[in-house]
Amino acid sequence: MNKNSNIYQIIYASVMVLIVGTVLAFIYMALKPKQDDNIANDKRGQILSAVFLKPADKSQIEDTFNKYIVEGFIVDENGNTVSNDKQETFEVNMKNNIMEKSRKLPVFKCKLDDGSIKYIIPVYGAGKTGGLWGPIWGYVAVNDNGKDIYGAYFSHEGETPGLGAEIANPKFQDQFKGKKIYVDGEFKSISVMKAGQKPTDGSEYVDAISGGTMTSRGVEAMLKDCMEPYDAFFKKLQSGTFK
Amino acid sequence: MLSKRNKEALFNPLSKDNPVLVQILGICSTLAVTAKLEPAIVMGISVIAVLAISNVVISLLRKTIPTSIRIIVQLVVVAALVIIVQQVLRAYAYDVSLQLSVFIGLIITNCILMGRLEAFALSNRPWPAFLDGIGNGLGYMIILVIVAFFRELLGSGTLLNYQVIPQWCYDHGYMNNGLMILPPMALITVGCIIWVHRSRNKDLQEK
Repeated sequence: MNKNSNIYQIIYASVMVLIVGTVLAFIYMALKPKQDDNIANDKRGQILSAVFLKPADKSQIEDTFNKYIVEGFIVDENGNTVSNDKQETFEVNMKNNIMEKSRKLPVFKCKLDDGSIKYIIPVYGAGKTGGLWGPIWGYVAVNDNGKDIYGAYFSHEGETPGLGAEIANPKFQDQFKGKKIYVDGEFKSISVMKAGQKPTDGSEYVDAISGGTMTSRGVEAMLKDCMEPYDAFFKKLQSGTFK
Repeated sequence: MLSKRNKEALFNPLSKDNPVLVQILGICSTLAVTAKLEPAIVMGISVIAVLAISNVVISLLRKTIPTSIRIIVQLVVVAALVIIVQQVLRAYAYDVSLQLSVFIGLIITNCILMGRLEAFALSNRPWPAFLDGIGNGLGYMIILVIVAFFRELLGSGTLLNYQVIPQWCYDHGYMNNGLMILPPMALITVGCIIWVHRSRNKDLQEK
């Protein structure tokens, strides 16, 4: 058969695409459940990281999560609970959620060993509120007084290792411990500033990553964008009127 | 098994015919993944796997591939393998797949792959093609590891994320060189390696 005839080429290409397509579809279907488990488990681990409870052993993550994350609920921008379903809260897709006009505001309630309550809220940023190369996200744990941060966790899709990717480094995240998000009763997001600089609006700040300016700016914008809608919820926590 | 020619296919790419140093292929990813040692190593292993397998597949198909669409065939094979690697990593080594994120996908654009498929696999039997894939992958990985070693050590003061430059150095005014983390220094580091390599291998020097 003539290898360079048009018919041979067309048949060759079609058969090849068919075979490759089938193989890939099969592999995708076969590995999908395992991948979904990994993704869900990873998300649980990230939520636990915000309250410094992520176990080193990955198989422990689900048990730890169920033990400490006692409730999950969704609030609206007036701070009223709209859903009490923990699973539904867990499944809120932040990527789509931040595009919505009226966002769902998921909250995870965490009860530590000493009995204190922390509220963990997810943050997600893409585009202007994202990193340099792609989306960034994280979880911020707020004390039950609704005024300061207990812990924070950030991660990213593809920031530069050694530069922007350093937002996933505990050294950066630890800076957020104890930062106030309310100054004189008004919500002020945490600023991410170059060393030596201070925000002009009196908000609390952390040091940016040198060489990771765009990612640092993204973190700042993301925190403001994702935490501000919780204003009413935080105020209810402060006045003790949230149930 | 390892005739003289096969040995050449396996060992030449490590130094005399190194894909990065001599063929100057795959520079782009060498700059991108070498800020830290760990992603560099995993990237190296992934490239070895994809390169060896795609070399074998193309070599097996070499007599059936129509010449005018051979590049497309090569691309499809490489792309399919990369997607498989990505999916398998996501299912069985989730943490590693997170670390490599976009870089795995970028293996497709690594010119070492297309270069070897075109130059070697299309005209050789599967076994030598397999050895050639392993050899070139290793040659690529060695350079990646050397570059990443210097960049992580001087740029972050760590190796594989362990602190190796002691705290008292910092107390006495030592500072990490932030420039090392940026891509330009990767290029300069590769340049230095090429310089050392050529000065030791006289036969590589252009007249």
